[in-house]
Amino acid sequence: MSILVDEKTRLITQGITGREGMFHTEQSMKYGTRVVGGVTPGKGGQKVLGNIPVFNTVKDAVTSTKANATMIFVPPPFASDAILEAADAGIALIICITEGIPVGDMVNVYKYLQSTGSRLVGPNCPGVISPGKAKIGIMPAHIHKKGNVGIISRSGTLTYEAVGQLTSLGIGQSTCVGIGGDPIIGSRFIDILGLFQKDRGTKAICMIGEIGGTAEDEAAYYIKKHVTKPVVGFIAGQTAPPGRRMGHAGAIISGGQGTAEEKMKVMKRCGIKVVKSPADLGKTIQKAL
Amino acid sequence: MLKMRTLFNTYKNKSMKIHEYQAKEILRKYNVSVPNGILVSKKSEAAKAARKIGTKVVVVKAQIHAGGRGKGGGVKLAKSPKEAEKHAGNIIGMTLVTPQTGPEGRLVKKVLIEEGMSIAKELYMGILVDRQTSQILIMASEAGGMDIEEVAAETPEKIFKEAVDPVIGVQPFLARKIAFSLNIKGAALKAIIPFIINLYDAFVKEDCSMLEINPLVITSDDRVLALDAKVDIDDNALYRHKDTQDCRDLDEEDPLEVEASKFHLNYIKLDGNIGCMVNGAGLAMGTMDIIKLSGGEPANFLDVGGGADEEMIENGFRIILSDPAVKGIFINIFGGILRCDILARGVVAATKKLKIKIPVVVRMEGTNMEEGHQILKDSGLNFSIGHGMKDGAQKVVKAIK
Repeated sequence: MSILVDEKTRLITQGITGREGMFHTEQSMKYGTRVVGGVTPGKGGQKVLGNIPVFNTVKDAVTSTKANATMIFVPPPFASDAILEAADAGIALIICITEGIPVGDMVNVYKYLQSTGSRLVGPNCPGVISPGKAKIGIMPAHIHKKGNVGIISRSGTLTYEAVGQLTSLGIGQSTCVGIGGDPIIGSRFIDILGLFQKDRGTKAICMIGEIGGTAEDEAAYYIKKHVTKPVVGFIAGQTAPPGRRMGHAGAIISGGQGTAEEKMKVMKRCGIKVVKSPADLGKTIQKAL
Repeated sequence: MLKMRTLFNTYKNKSMKIHEYQAKEILRKYNVSVPNGILVSKKSEAAKAARKIGTKVVVVKAQIHAGGRGKGGGVKLAKSPKEAEKHAGNIIGMTLVTPQTGPEGRLVKKVLIEEGMSIAKELYMGILVDRQTSQILIMASEAGGMDIEEVAAETPEKIFKEAVDPVIGVQPFLARKIAFSLNIKGAALKAIIPFIINLYDAFVKEDCSMLEINPLVITSDDRVLALDAKVDIDDNALYRHKDTQDCRDLDEEDPLEVEASKFHLNYIKLDGNIGCMVNGAGLAMGTMDIIKLSGGEPANFLDVGGGADEEMIENGFRIILSDPAVKGIFINIFGGILRCDILARGVVAATKKLKIKIPVVVRMEGTNMEEGHQILKDSGLNFSIGHGMKDGAQKVVKAIK
């Protein structure tokens, strides 16, 4: 089993006719993802990548293809609009790859999404892959292997690092979720942790965080309370030089410095197996299984 | 000291800092009251400016991005135009050291001369995007004019926080709620309601990532003014604020970081001797971590991002190498969007072009890895290959010893 995406997921790409949108849609198709269409306003009626229909609006795409997931490659000035359009059209899972969306736009998007049934992953994330079933995003497919470790990460390439280590040890993944590193993201650690806890195909969870903010602390307390599966964690930025905080206001809000040391302490206290070196993620998960 | 903060900002919350006088110009546009002031870059202009402002007392304030200016002697009261000129003469050209500049300090090029006023009450007000709740938050405190971080640590109950619903924005009721929590009465209460509403308006419309008024003052004649203003603008939104783009002061930034930003590279200089080139901020930090765990010291943080091309990689190399402390380079790439063949071509081209003599360890994995390794091999150059990031880090640490 897996979470969020699988072989039944019906995917469209918003921004499908752009260079990156086209390339990664093709990669996803090659992996076996069921791509049913794409959206580029003004280019409706075309076909791309063989037989993939392009629509002017997400609503048109949903009506014609029964799409239930979208992957967004729209440039930053228009990406928040693309997310809103997908939610308005009733798409259940919105995965936004775009990096560089103004945070002010995301404040509005986040609020609107609360009133819909849509789940957003990202923005500024590598996407979601359930190995052997479906890949939605920009992660290199071949490093993955079907299995029972769930991965959640704020960082794209560090996720690949963890996956690469696991696969080389012969350990597969149920689903890998890049939640993105922006200040406002659609799905946080705790949202995805709950899904992994419920998923019978996931036996252990790997959580990769970074310095700054309090999302990892929040996740650690959630794990202590709700997650019975073993969790291995890493925080990037332990050796970032000690210094002042992010800026007055930010520090007050987070109620602490958000340093790696503090986060690791909280995580350990909540029963997470914390590794110091990112090179030890694979081995530690192997032991935890 | 500054670096941690920059690191946070670079990879998460990229924002552009602007000067106090620029922040106040923005606030004026939104009818947020600020003191009358004139920007002066020469001592000789100061007396005239003070006379024009016309108050008995004027304040001469150094314009640098770092806070804590008063503590470093960058803010002075002047009781006559002549005294204003004297202070301006002392402050312009000085290297101002504050708790936030680090020991190297900052060169002051300009001072803001502002009206003096009789202050009845000093408050704090800040607006920011709260990651935890994904909302805009207004924070306010009666403990204004002080180090608000200390207030937060020692007496958190003295800070009030109100989240703003983006659909309705700051309505008068919310502004009143904040005002009453600050114990504001009478004529000042009337004045602070539009002040808060307009301040939020400025925050949203100008795409600020942070806006801090410390102190927000109530004068003895019940005026409400932003005596100081600190505004950071969200980098990602700068494309829709052409005027604000011009506010960037490159002299306030690290020259290497400025150079890197021209090529859309995220570079932060650190104190070690192993140059790093990595894709993705998380892996870049993880690479710094593993270099240190392997007994080395990273010379920099450099994230070439997902869409790096050959030219960007060459520029990355140039920037790493312009730090004379660098004795070896560790390239750690896990290709996703960034393909290993493109990386390898960039590395080979740059190594030849820049005639790099120091050890270069390349660890790459992911999309088109084999092709990338082949390109490195065929180049005839002496790269060492890291198998996994631990091996790569150990190799580069060993190579420079």
